[in-house]
Amino acid sequence: MTRTLETPVAATAARSSTRRRSRGLPRWVPPVLVFLGILAVWYFISYVVLDPSVAFLLPPPHTIFTEAFFKPATLSDILVALARSAGVALTGLGIAMIIGVIWAVGMSQARWIERSLFPYAVILQCIPILALVPLIGFWFGFDFPARVIVCVMIALFPIVSNTLFGLQSVEKGQRELFQLQKANRWTVLTKLEFPAALPAIFAGIRISAGLAVVGAIVGDFFFRRGDPGIGSLISNYQSRVQGPELFAAIITASVFGVLIFVVFGWLGNRAVGKWYDSGK
Amino acid sequence: MTLLSDSPVDTATTELLNFSDVAMTFPNGVTALSGVDLSVKRGEFVTVVGPSGCGKSTLLRIASGLTSATEGTVTVGTNRIGYVFQDATLLPWRTVQQNVELLAELNGIKKAKRQAEAARAIELVGLSGFEKQLPKTLSGGMKMRASLARSLTLDPELFLFDEPFGALDEITRERLNDELIKLFTEQQFAGLFITHSVSEAVYLSTKVVVMSGRPGNIVETFDVPFAYPRDPEIRFTPEFAALAGEVSLALREGHS
Ligand SMILES: Nc1ncnc2c1ncn2[C@@H]1O[C@H](COP(=O)(O)OP(=O)(O)O)[C@@H](O)[C@H]1O
Ligand SMILES: [Mg+2]
Repeated sequence: MTRTLETPVAATAARSSTRRRSRGLPRWVPPVLVFLGILAVWYFISYVVLDPSVAFLLPPPHTIFTEAFFKPATLSDILVALARSAGVALTGLGIAMIIGVIWAVGMSQARWIERSLFPYAVILQCIPILALVPLIGFWFGFDFPARVIVCVMIALFPIVSNTLFGLQSVEKGQRELFQLQKANRWTVLTKLEFPAALPAIFAGIRISAGLAVVGAIVGDFFFRRGDPGIGSLISNYQSRVQGPELFAAIITASVFGVLIFVVFGWLGNRAVGKWYDSGK
Repeated sequence: MTLLSDSPVDTATTELLNFSDVAMTFPNGVTALSGVDLSVKRGEFVTVVGPSGCGKSTLLRIASGLTSATEGTVTVGTNRIGYVFQDATLLPWRTVQQNVELLAELNGIKKAKRQAEAARAIELVGLSGFEKQLPKTLSGGMKMRASLARSLTLDPELFLFDEPFGALDEITRERLNDELIKLFTEQQFAGLFITHSVSEAVYLSTKVVVMSGRPGNIVETFDVPFAYPRDPEIRFTPEFAALAGEVSLALREGHS
């Protein structure tokens, strides 16, 4: 009886004291602790769980550096491949931005255009791109253009739908303000709808940027001609069972994906952050 | 540009707006207005009070040309029409200066000229010093001032207001009422002002028009005898209270 009564009290006290302590910690401490925890588990699996014959499945973290990042030949392989993939991804993203914005602006001009074209944007998003990749190879070769096309197809939808949403989000009163001055469509588009849509457009671009990187890597797996990108490298390391190199390439690709997301977030903030209240 | 004397009603009688037997039925079958006769002459400041949903905004939208009436005739005697919406409708990405310049810009007025016009309008509404600020940094009252300034750049002859101060607190509203009266006496526009505040209506205008509930039509019109510029203290005089009482009574009768 006494024990069951005491336990919850003790537990509550302990919980509230940890909460008080964690409030005093700098914000970066908890994620770093999690990271250290993951490293510990990782080492444990590499050295204790895995048999040395299958150690390549999860090489100890430091070997990713000693055997890959710190080896100039391997590092330069990875960076050159990354640069090529970045070129593919950014080209695809750029084209997707142009096509996406024009497509959305077209749809925003008239209900009937929207009704005729929007279903195709949705279809584009729903068809499994992987299933189409062999076809793209057939039609456009197995080189740079084919890789870019995959990126465009993957990155297009968020830009189309966000831009359209942004263009249509203009307040009625603001529209009427322009209408009262008998502003023409072009003026309404350039001075009202487009600026109003910019926050949404940038949100779309940020999503698409990450997708374009995925597209570039996926393209590499299918299109083996032309300059190999980071995807080809990953698949080579995989087939050669080069564990540390494989992990190094994957980490590099991931860091690049995060970086491109952050950069476009920053760009968007530069462009609209001053006036746009994202908390609204 | 001569300053108006105490009694602007007498100075000129050009009709700037005339509604004759105007009705408005929306495509969905809602009749918002029926049999509305209304006239706004130069030097007049006409205020419309009525229950919400009785068609006051519709009336203004018809006057401005945003919508057309389904019946009756509407005559507008000028193409310099200012329109102030219930919310300030500022473009959030433009500074105060750029927002105030917008209408002149849309009308193709050269940069130097529209900058000068905007500066004058900003001065008139007391926003000098805030030109470079973005709307999100302004209070509700300051946003409304910017919105007023934007319309003032058109140098309107007919100024339409759709409950512009409805969302503001009492003190800000009273201050803006005084500034609006000052603008009215200095700038010589004719005003058509919508409000749901009887005291605001009596305080501002030369004429108060009471509308009935839907379908809205005009049930009574009151002339306001007080001279401009108006002393804020007149709100506490028996004459003011008596007139406001009559307007309230008409409003209540039209509502039932
Ligand atoms: N575009 C529209 N289509 C259909 N009904 C409308 C439309 N605009 C306004 N109404 C209706 O007309 C009536 C009057 O509206 P409104 O003029 O906005 O009233 P008020 O400004 O006096 O509150 C309301 O019942 C409203 O629902
Ligand atoms: Mg209204």
